[in-house]
Amino acid sequence: MAKLRQCAIYGKGGIGKSTTTQNLVSALAEAGKKVMIVGCDPKADSTRLILHSKAQTTVMHLAAEAGSVEDLELEDVMAIGFGGVKCVESGGPEPGVGCAGRGVITAINFLEEEGAYDEDLDFVFYDVLGDVVCGGFAMPIRENKAQEIYIVVSGEMMAMYAANNIAKGIVKYANSGGVRLAGLICNSRKVDREDELITALAERLGTQMIHFVPRDNVVQHAEIRRMTVIEYDPKAKQADEYRALARKIIDNKKFVIPTPLEMEELEDLLMEFGIMEAEDESIVGKTAAEEACAA
Amino acid sequence: MQAVEDIKPCYPLFRNDDYKGTIARKREKYEEGHDPKKVAETFEWTTTKEYQDLNFKREALTINPAKACQPLGSALCGLGFKKTMVYIHGSQGCVAYFRTYFNRHFKEPIAFIADSMTEDAAVFGGQKNIHEGLANASKLYGAEMIAVSTTCIAEVIGDDLNAFIGNAKKEGHIAEDFPVPFAHTPSFVGSHVTGWDNMEEGILRYFTLNDMEGKAPGKNGKINIVPGFETYLGNYRVVKRMLKEMDVPFTMLSDPEEVLDTPADGEFRMYAGGTTIDEVKDAPNAITTILMQPLGLDKTKKFVENTWNHEVPKLNIPMGVEWTDEWLMKISEVTGKPIPESLTKERGRLMDMMTDSHAWLHGKKMAVFGDPDFTLGMVKFLMELGVEPTHIVCHNGGKRWEKAMKKLLESSPYGASGRAYPGADLWHLRSLCFTDKPDFLIGNSYGKFIQRDTFHKGKAFEVPLIRIGFPIFDRHHLHRMTTLGYEGAMYILTTLTNAVLDRLDEDTKFLGVTDYNFDLVR
Repeated sequence: MAKLRQCAIYGKGGIGKSTTTQNLVSALAEAGKKVMIVGCDPKADSTRLILHSKAQTTVMHLAAEAGSVEDLELEDVMAIGFGGVKCVESGGPEPGVGCAGRGVITAINFLEEEGAYDEDLDFVFYDVLGDVVCGGFAMPIRENKAQEIYIVVSGEMMAMYAANNIAKGIVKYANSGGVRLAGLICNSRKVDREDELITALAERLGTQMIHFVPRDNVVQHAEIRRMTVIEYDPKAKQADEYRALARKIIDNKKFVIPTPLEMEELEDLLMEFGIMEAEDESIVGKTAAEEACAA
Repeated sequence: MQAVEDIKPCYPLFRNDDYKGTIARKREKYEEGHDPKKVAETFEWTTTKEYQDLNFKREALTINPAKACQPLGSALCGLGFKKTMVYIHGSQGCVAYFRTYFNRHFKEPIAFIADSMTEDAAVFGGQKNIHEGLANASKLYGAEMIAVSTTCIAEVIGDDLNAFIGNAKKEGHIAEDFPVPFAHTPSFVGSHVTGWDNMEEGILRYFTLNDMEGKAPGKNGKINIVPGFETYLGNYRVVKRMLKEMDVPFTMLSDPEEVLDTPADGEFRMYAGGTTIDEVKDAPNAITTILMQPLGLDKTKKFVENTWNHEVPKLNIPMGVEWTDEWLMKISEVTGKPIPESLTKERGRLMDMMTDSHAWLHGKKMAVFGDPDFTLGMVKFLMELGVEPTHIVCHNGGKRWEKAMKKLLESSPYGASGRAYPGADLWHLRSLCFTDKPDFLIGNSYGKFIQRDTFHKGKAFEVPLIRIGFPIFDRHHLHRMTTLGYEGAMYILTTLTNAVLDRLDEDTKFLGVTDYNFDLVR
């Protein structure tokens, strides 16, 4: 048996992490790999396309119902979906209350104790909440958990800021442990020269753009049906893109400790590609009246 | 008022008329208490079956817990290793609590350190605290190992000990080769028993996981003993004595016997005795590993089985006769060493004592509360003595405990009236002691409030407490006693029998009324 590879997917909120992960995982399953997805987001939308469901019942929800997480069994929380993919959602509180990060810790501890990481698995994917807001959301990359991190990014400024911030977070853990940045997945927003831009960012971070996933409406068509493209329309061109991504991840050997950019370097890069304009320091803090006066 | 020539403590001082008056005036003027009649009525209501039914419907509230939290257990575990400083990553108050808890039980100074996480650490994460804490601790206290565990604050914000300690070493806050094993011990999961297990696993993991080359079960000819959350110092001693008499070399994996019992000879010992790092490193080479409290050592068992490839024998806690027999026979089986005459003789003496006291103990009803393995062992021995265990409360007992207890009760006719209450607290037990009165209650010091309350209803309702368990704050030196092995059975037997006889004397000491049974010879 090949060694289990555990991967965490991070990226700015709304960038398409869950969609990309589920399509990628479907492609891996199609290629005969045994995969488990662990959703680490209180929204619990990391497995719906695999399971054709609105939202899977989460570990924390069931634990709250049962009284404690110790009263749960693995089969209560795990569902099997398309291609035999095992699905678990950690779940967590409603926005504004409680602690979602602790939910992630509790859920992953539970999976470990209950033997969810069985020997047949080839891959585990953690789909993590957009903003790594507290230590709990770094749980998937603690020692002996995910060793490979993929960041989903697009050519939009804020997505790249987020990617760079995540890289900073990884450095903290990479210095003392085995976790490595394994690549950027560009989920295209049809920004000009997007592939060059992300390739450049990847280079600066010391990593690679592992795949450029073009934008295609078939993804949305599949999503309305709560399906991945791989399942909905296996002949679609987009399905091949996800297959290519899956293949590249299977073959991936480039795992690095990232070299995050300073804010100024990042801004320079964005300016180089025309995403950001140079700031005119002379106008900072000037009111309209002052400007009129100066003119 | 207090008089210089006759200083009195609060009792009986407050029984003087002037104090009585002051207390009554204060109550009347400021306390806004309920009418004493109403209070008495409510008290009576809390002693009824009706109240008990409501009490057992409680869902979200614990009253008077019969368990403590994980870091208390991890701290005790760490204390048992040589020159090891127990370091708790979290808030100061928690750690002060652990210190005083052990101070009060063991009557010993206890050195634990906290890295004092405050509001800023809760926001920014506790890495800085670990860096500074490890730097200070490694320089100040002459420790050779620092055993790190956590409190709730660090757990809720998701501090990662592995990464933080790794970074502390990389950045030179503490030497790379300074041993810093660790365990995550969230207080809101499990109990002190879980915390002990987690720390033990953390320490064994730290020193052996990546150092297994050339190691194999049986190589050093010893056996490993994992005590679990054990607070009877005599239990460490009796296990050592039994193994010595059997001529079985062993390693006690966490041995706080010395540090919790240091002599008053003018020298302060922050560290004393304890398992050495070399012993831990050599532990995988043992023939096998014996878990003294098998129900509370899941994580350690898993590690020992999977990493050390030890076949951990299925045993019960060696309390009472049969389970001690089984324990000794298993040790004999795995080591090939016969059980010596001395232990056989000791067993015979215990049997003699049991027959001597049998008439007094037979048919007595006793309720028990405490940790999972303790309650199992105690119930087992009670039934061997002919005592009938009734209400058995284990706050940190789960489904497995309940199943084991049920099976145990079914194994003897003396268990017929016994019932297991997993997850119940002392307020549940209080109800049970009113509605179905046992003759005695066995447990830690907190049981005294049940004795007080039942006595308040009337002498005939009083359930006297027999203090066996942890913590025992209100009697001295009981922590030095023994509850395991034949020797421990002798202590338990003596304690139970004399409690029964004390009670009988109390009931029969009325001159000319009941003293026809106030006998010199019992």
